[in-house]
Amino acid sequence: MAQMNLLQAINNALDIAMAEDDSTLCFGEDVGYFGGVFRATSGLQEKYGKARCFNTPLVEQGILGFANGLAAQGSRPIAEIQFADYIFPAFDQIVNESAKFRYRSGNEFDVGRLTIRTPYGGGIHGGLYHSQSPEAYFAHTPGLKIVVPRNPYQAKGLLLAAIRDDNPVLFFEPKRLYRAAVGEVPEEDYQLPLGKAEIVKQGSDVTLLAWGAQMEIIEKAADMAEADGISCEVIDLRSILPWDVETIANSVRKTGRFVISQEAPLTAGFASEIAATIQQECFLHLESPIARVCGLDTPYPLALEKEYQADHLKVYEAIKRSMDY
Amino acid sequence: MSTEQYNEGLVTHHPAFIDGHSVDIPTLKILQQDGTVYEGAELPDIDQALAERIYKTLVFHRVLDERMIAAQRQGRVSFYMAALGEEAASVGSAAGLADQDMIMAQYREQGALMYRGFTLDQFMNQLFSNEQDLGKGRQMPIHYGSNELNYMTISSPLGTQIPQAAGYAYGQKMQGKDAVTICYFGEGAASEGDFHAGLNMAAVHQAPVIFFCRNNGYAISTPAEEQFAGNGIASRGVGYGIKTLRIDGNDILAVLKATQEARKYCIEEGKPVVIEAMSYRLGAHSTSDDPTGYRTKEEEEKWQAHDPILRMKQWMLNQSWWTEEQDSEIFEQLREDVLAALKVAEKIDKPALEDLVSDVYDQVPEMLEQQLNELKAHIKKYPDAYPVTSGRIK
Ligand SMILES: Cc1ncc(C[n+]2csc(CCOP(=O)(O)OP(=O)(O)O)c2C)c(N)n1
Repeated sequence: MAQMNLLQAINNALDIAMAEDDSTLCFGEDVGYFGGVFRATSGLQEKYGKARCFNTPLVEQGILGFANGLAAQGSRPIAEIQFADYIFPAFDQIVNESAKFRYRSGNEFDVGRLTIRTPYGGGIHGGLYHSQSPEAYFAHTPGLKIVVPRNPYQAKGLLLAAIRDDNPVLFFEPKRLYRAAVGEVPEEDYQLPLGKAEIVKQGSDVTLLAWGAQMEIIEKAADMAEADGISCEVIDLRSILPWDVETIANSVRKTGRFVISQEAPLTAGFASEIAATIQQECFLHLESPIARVCGLDTPYPLALEKEYQADHLKVYEAIKRSMDY
Repeated sequence: MSTEQYNEGLVTHHPAFIDGHSVDIPTLKILQQDGTVYEGAELPDIDQALAERIYKTLVFHRVLDERMIAAQRQGRVSFYMAALGEEAASVGSAAGLADQDMIMAQYREQGALMYRGFTLDQFMNQLFSNEQDLGKGRQMPIHYGSNELNYMTISSPLGTQIPQAAGYAYGQKMQGKDAVTICYFGEGAASEGDFHAGLNMAAVHQAPVIFFCRNNGYAISTPAEEQFAGNGIASRGVGYGIKTLRIDGNDILAVLKATQEARKYCIEEGKPVVIEAMSYRLGAHSTSDDPTGYRTKEEEEKWQAHDPILRMKQWMLNQSWWTEEQDSEIFEQLREDVLAALKVAEKIDKPALEDLVSDVYDQVPEMLEQQLNELKAHIKKYPDAYPVTSGRIK
């Protein structure tokens, strides 16, 4: 096994996908020779040529419209949106087109081979336009799959699964961890299942759930709680759409307590959807109300980022409140 | 206009396709690098006082950029974006406007704001996102804005100001104001859908807006030839039915002349104009970027020889409006001033906790009030974890 950071793991997955299928293309703003502003695609143009890995003009709706066309034709486009904050100009192409291609045509046409990669999330002093976690907007759209890895191993296995999945997949990459998260990653090909959560740590008193970069936060909170004698079950949701109700519900039935944490603002975030479903599934097993620890209902700030964040101390407090209820 | 009214022009009986480059677009040049004016060139309206104000703004811009890039390298400021080598485009165009004209910029147009009189301290307060920043420390460095100076606060998503400028200008015209809007963007941002939407809206609805494109050859690492295949941005202005002018963006007199004429036309005719200023981004895209990864030193050096500030200085010296002594004095003075202001701004407190929830709506709604109260209680419990705000909770 090799040591890789999250970017290297993604680059490695893209390399494998491009090698195995000539119709796989990587493109986006600054993606070509430069290898992307974060360098996720570095070396790919050198290896596979300018026709398969290239810079696009600066137009997100164009990138996604172009990708939809390619995917409908049978190619396998992997489109990069430079920051998730800039995915909104492409919202129409994703929500009205990618997501509904198969349904509206009675399966005459589909864009199942499409993968959209984009760095999301805060904690990088990026302010309101380089920190957003927009997964919930897309989770409201039937027809898409949404995946968020938490470390290099997950990133490679989930990205390969996303690229090969026969549905359009949005792959949100936690940019705070791009270089910060380093771990063992097999050099060979492997896949991790989409739509499946992972139990990262078994526990008996309370279930903690998050995804992506927020996993680090809840693991830190779990360590603090464990020191107080509280046993935490820690789960990584991994796929936002479709999501693994069964694994979460089983855990909550066991622990009776449930804390969900997300980076995005509280109102209408994906945590709200999870809370509603788990409340229905586990009502008689709950010992305390389901807690959500989220960003404030404001745009993501710059100077007061630390105060704004759903950090480990806020999660820790929620765990204690849940225990003391 | 119905399609019957199209001018048929030349009629051909063979399919003769035209391409963008077969339509010649002239480039306005007035001032040469040695400070002499091209023979027969038409000068803008400019006297010694205006020339001095423009030149001092250019120098201020150069000094602030150099100083802040250094400050970023020292870790004193988180991020910075300079406009090295293309300062004349923003400063010269701002000088061709009236104070009441609205400026809607992309981000590399600090020069226009400097010309309007944004103070050194105001720049610093934004760069250090302290409690005196007009934007309340919410945006990354260089996202300036000032209502007083008619400079719309910068938004990061590219191109969004372009259709807004059309609307703003249309409103100015509807209300009979003696004012236009200038809208800046890069040749990269001109690929965005908003560019096409904005130009079309302005052309059809006749909004007095000056669309000012800084074509500096790069959008981060993407060179212009990978950005568009046609004849620059100017050809698109024509395509949308907008009067269009291409200029040497490093030639302060050409920029000034073009903007003065554009403003006059916008006011008199109540219609838009496109100006494409040809220049070059001499430095990195931002302090997060390293251009050595995608272009050569030779290419940069070629453009170094077109320094717009040196060119203007030569002209000022030739006019006997400026001396070398004055020049070194002002550079030195500004370097000192910038350093002093930086030292003050970096010590000023960050915004108060209350600023986290204000301005999301006109009034703080109850749900945010409640979130703020919970946050205060939490911070009081863990004061060491939130040192920026914990000591100041009211
Ligand atoms: C909608 C959107 N997409 C992507 C970005 C990221 N981005 C910031 S600046 C930039 C390049 C802009 O180039 P250009 O418009 O030519 O201006 P220049 O930086 O050269 O002055 C990019 C891609 C963004 N801010 N907004």
